[in-house]
Amino acid sequence: KYNNVLKYLFHVYITYLPSYMLQMYVRDALNSAMDEEMNRDNTVFLMGEEVAQYDGAYKVSRGLWRKYGDQRVIDTPITESGFAGMAVGAAMAGLKPICEFMTFNFSMQAIDHVINSAAKSHYMSGGMVTVPVVFRGPNGAAAGVAAQHSQCFAAWYGHCPGLKVVSPFNSEDCRGLLKAAIRDTNPVVVLENELMYGTAFPVSDEAMSEDFLIEIGKAKVERVGKHVTLVSHSRPVGQCLEAAEQLASEGIDCEVINLRSIRPLDIETVQQSVMKTNHLISVEGGWPMFGIGSEVCAQIMEGPAFDYLDAPAIRVTGADIPMPYAQVLEDGALPGVKDIVLSVKKTLHIQPMTDTA
Amino acid sequence: MFFQPLGIRTYSAEATFPIKPIDTHKLENSPATEVQINKDDAISYYTKMQIIRRMELKADQLYKQKIIRGFCHLYDGQEACCAGIEASLTPKDDVITAYRAHGWAFIRGVPVCNILAELFGRKLGCAKGKGGSMHMYSKNFYGGNGIVGAQVPLGAGIAFAHKYRNSDTVTVACYGDGAANQGQIFESFNMSQLWKLPAIFVCENNRYGMGTSVERASASTDYFTRGDYIPGLRVDGMDVLAVREATRFAKEYAVKEGPILMELVTYRYHGHSMSDPGTSYRTRDEVKEIRKNLDPIMSFRDKIISAGFVTKQDVATIDAEVKQHVENETAKALASTEPDFDQIASDIYVTDTPLSIRSCNIYNKLHHQPSV
Repeated sequence: KYNNVLKYLFHVYITYLPSYMLQMYVRDALNSAMDEEMNRDNTVFLMGEEVAQYDGAYKVSRGLWRKYGDQRVIDTPITESGFAGMAVGAAMAGLKPICEFMTFNFSMQAIDHVINSAAKSHYMSGGMVTVPVVFRGPNGAAAGVAAQHSQCFAAWYGHCPGLKVVSPFNSEDCRGLLKAAIRDTNPVVVLENELMYGTAFPVSDEAMSEDFLIEIGKAKVERVGKHVTLVSHSRPVGQCLEAAEQLASEGIDCEVINLRSIRPLDIETVQQSVMKTNHLISVEGGWPMFGIGSEVCAQIMEGPAFDYLDAPAIRVTGADIPMPYAQVLEDGALPGVKDIVLSVKKTLHIQPMTDTA
Repeated sequence: MFFQPLGIRTYSAEATFPIKPIDTHKLENSPATEVQINKDDAISYYTKMQIIRRMELKADQLYKQKIIRGFCHLYDGQEACCAGIEASLTPKDDVITAYRAHGWAFIRGVPVCNILAELFGRKLGCAKGKGGSMHMYSKNFYGGNGIVGAQVPLGAGIAFAHKYRNSDTVTVACYGDGAANQGQIFESFNMSQLWKLPAIFVCENNRYGMGTSVERASASTDYFTRGDYIPGLRVDGMDVLAVREATRFAKEYAVKEGPILMELVTYRYHGHSMSDPGTSYRTRDEVKEIRKNLDPIMSFRDKIISAGFVTKQDVATIDAEVKQHVENETAKALASTEPDFDQIASDIYVTDTPLSIRSCNIYNKLHHQPSV
C-alpha cells in the first residue's frame, strides 16, 4: 500500500487545469519512463553519479533507488571514462544499461566509449555485437554555469553513424523518446535540457500509457503554418512557438517543427513543410559551425525542397563564443525569441521596427 | 591585498607546537613532529584564514540573494589547506586546483573585491566577469577548473615546464577525494614519476565527493598511498602548521627527487555547492562536531593566544578588522558594473587582428577586440 502511494507521488506530479488536462513536469516524465521500463524489464538498470542515494543531481531519478535497490540503481565514482565503458560492456553482455552523464559536458571524458565502443561495434563485428545502451543527461546551456558546463553536443553525437540521438522538448517527448531509447537495441544518446526539468506540460492519456513510444527518427509538426518553417530541437522549440505567437498577431503564420530526433534526421517532414511555406529557418542553442542547422540546410539544398525556397535558408544559433558567465554577456550568447522574430521578418522581407534584434 | 592589523601588543616572538604524526608512504624520512612559528607569521595565517572564511560566508549570503548565480562551491572549513601550503611556497611556485577555488585565488594574491566581483559577474572581476566561480586565475595560479580531475594533468604539465626551464620551483596540483579515482590522475602520476617532475599532488580529502562518501566511491581511501610508486604523506588538513610543515618537506623532496603526494584530511561545512544543502548524505551532528572540535581557525586561534602572540582582545580586533575589510571589498565589488556588451566576443583568441564573430542571428555581428 505504501508502495502504491510512493508510486503515485513519484511517478506523476498531477495538477488539474480547468480543462481537466493532465500536466506533467519534464523531470517526472523522465522519471516515470525509467521507472516503467525498469519495472517491465529487469535487465534495465541505471548508473551514474548521485543517481541512487542522492535521488539524482537534478532529481530526475528520485525514488528509483528506494524502489529498485542497489542492484538496479548504482552510484558510480566520478570516473566517466571508466563507467561509460563499463556500461557499454554490460550492454554487450546482454544487459540494458541507462548510463547517466550528470551533464553531457562530462561525456567528453567518455566520448571514446560512446563512439568507438558503442556506436561502431555492431558494424565492426559484422552484426554480431549489439550495444543496447542509453546515454542520457542534460545537454546545452543552463543558467550561469559558464564555459565548461554549457556546451551543446547534438552535432557531436549526431555526426556519428551507429548512434541514435534524440533531443526531446516537452514531457510527452521525454516519455516517448526515453522509453523508445531504452527498448532500442542500438546505442541511443538522449539529450535532455536542465532548464526544462522544472517545466510542466499537458500530457495526453495516450502518453501516460506504459507502452507509449515515440518513433526515433520522426519529427513532429508542433504548429501548422503557411508562411515560414521554423525547425528546431529541445528547448528552442518552445522559443519558436513563442515567436510564432508573437508573429501571429502581426499576420505572419509560422509552421514549427520539433525535430525530436537528431539522428536519424527526419528531413522528409522538413521538406514537406518547406515545399508548402517556401521559407526555412533553423533554430538551435548550439554553436553555428557544423551544427544541426548546417545539416538541415544542406540536406534541404540537396533535395526536392530546394526549388521551393523563395529565400536562402538561414540559421539562428548560439553565438560563436565560449559561454560567458556575466548575465548580460550570457544573454547575448544564446538565441532568444527576438532573434527568431528578426530572422523571420528579414527572410520574409518585412521590415522590422528596428534593424537589429 | 590583506592588511596588517595595527596595535597588537607584543608578548613573545616565537613558539613551538607539536603536530599530529604525519603518515608516510614509501619515504625514509618524514616531516618534523614539532614546528616553530613566529608572531608575524602566526597573525598572518590567522588573518588570511579568517578573511577566506568571511569571504565564503559573504558569498553564501549573496548567492541566496541571487547576486551570485550558477555554480558556487565554498571552501569554508578547508582554510588551513591553502593557507598552510602557501606558507611554504614562494610566489614563483605554481598552483592549480579544481572548482572549490575562491580560497586558493585569495591566497595566491587575488584581492577579495576581485574575487567577489567575478562571482557577481562584474567588470572588476578577476576574469572580467567572463569566468565566474570556477574560473579564477592569477599569476602563478592556473585556476579554477570545472571538469573533475582535469586540473591534475594540467598541473603535471606546468611542473614539466618548470623542469624544462631548470628552475628550483614546484607545482602544486590539488584535487579532491572524488577526483582521486580519475584515470587521468594516474596517468599524470606515471609520467611525473618517469620524468621526475617537481610536482606536489595534493588530495584535499573532505570525505565527500558531492553526495558520495569516500567509502562508497573508493576501493582504497588511503589516498596518500594511491600514488603507488610516488611517496606520500597524510596530514591533518585542519592544522595550518601541520600543512605548512608537510609542504616544506614535500617541496624539498619534489625539487630534488620528483613527484610526491600529500593527502590533507579536511572538511567542508557547506554542501558540495550552493545547490546542495549537504544534509542528505551526512548528519547535522557530524558538521556540528567538526565545527566545535576541529575548526582550523578556532584551533589556531587558541594556539596563538596560548603562545602569547596575541590576547583574546587582539584577536577580537583582528576579527573586527577582517569583517570590515570583507564588507568594504563587497561594497567595491557590488559597485562595479556588468561588463560592456562589446566585450562579449573578445578574448577568444590571442590576436592583434580584429575579428568578426557570428552572433545568434546572421544580421548582427559580434566583434573581437584585439588583445591589449
